[in-house]
Amino acid sequence: MISWRAIAVATLLATTPALLAGEIPLDARRSGYSFMGPDTRAMQDDDTSNPGMLFVLDGEALWMKKEGSGDKACADCHGDAKSSMKGVAARYPAFDKALRRPVTLDQRINLCRANHQDAPPLPFESHDILALSAFVAHQSRGAAITAGDDPQLKPFVEQGRHLFMQREGQLNLACTNCHDDNFDKRLAGSPITQGQPTGYPLYRLEWQTLGSLERRLRSCMTGVRAQAYDYGAPELVALELYLMSRAHGMPMETPAVRP
Amino acid sequence: MAALINVPAKAKRGDVIEIRTLTSHIMETGFRHTMDGALVPRDIITSFTCRFNGTEIFRADLFPAIAANPYLSFFTVAKESGKFEFEWIGDNGYSSTASASIAVE
Repeated sequence: MISWRAIAVATLLATTPALLAGEIPLDARRSGYSFMGPDTRAMQDDDTSNPGMLFVLDGEALWMKKEGSGDKACADCHGDAKSSMKGVAARYPAFDKALRRPVTLDQRINLCRANHQDAPPLPFESHDILALSAFVAHQSRGAAITAGDDPQLKPFVEQGRHLFMQREGQLNLACTNCHDDNFDKRLAGSPITQGQPTGYPLYRLEWQTLGSLERRLRSCMTGVRAQAYDYGAPELVALELYLMSRAHGMPMETPAVRP
Repeated sequence: MAALINVPAKAKRGDVIEIRTLTSHIMETGFRHTMDGALVPRDIITSFTCRFNGTEIFRADLFPAIAANPYLSFFTVAKESGKFEFEWIGDNGYSSTASASIAVE
């Protein structure tokens, strides 16, 4: 007797060939924006009420400011950010040829400071690095995310995917358990989103400031009572890369506002 | 410090217009402690004033419970063309200003 169950499984497999278990289909991918209330959406939509824009303004001033013993500003090499930085953040983290690994936008800014400006690196999550990366990423607002397309990044995307699927911490939860399998439900009254990183660095009302994707990932790890990776750790960068590649094609929103 | 002001560039005489202001400030409450128990001193904006052509039209007092980067919006009636001047005053001698013009026809 042919098992009907076997036929059902075979049909399922035939209709969803490229999908791994738990992955969200392309047309069902949703930005965190769609999980927010109308007030928070309105705050993000209006550039004069979006507090993230304060950082973009500061970042614009820093872009023009001469730094380090090189006495060069970002603008001296890159010119007008409106054209030179357009779409750049949508492909970060990107592969760095010298380091042979992916680097985040924040790390790229600090590499530029070290290699071209002879300036000391800006500390992670400091006001200036967030302002600069918000200013650069803002130039990509509306651009489709393409991070992870570079074939050299393949092993790192895989590493990130592995970390995303791996259970960790005292609560023994993987990212996928909430953000692939249980989005649209609630956790302690807050909506669980798909975890699509479309608007970083973003302004979280809870933080009362702008924060990076790494900060967000670290607080999720603390939430499942795992030891969070350090800022700039290769594991965090790989996770960031996987998340960006998972949001492939979604438009950038920087600076987004989230509750 | 950076500030974002939203004032309509043009208005008809007698129109009720909305003015929205957002400024960057940490608004440290003065109630928080560091990891080693030291009190973080209060650092907030205490007063906001809006003047139109030199005359005060709106004032607000701010307190520690107000979140970082305070956002204030209020309404006024457009009577004549002129300039709005905004001023934020706070702890430790903090002062910040911004301005915006309106054409009333």
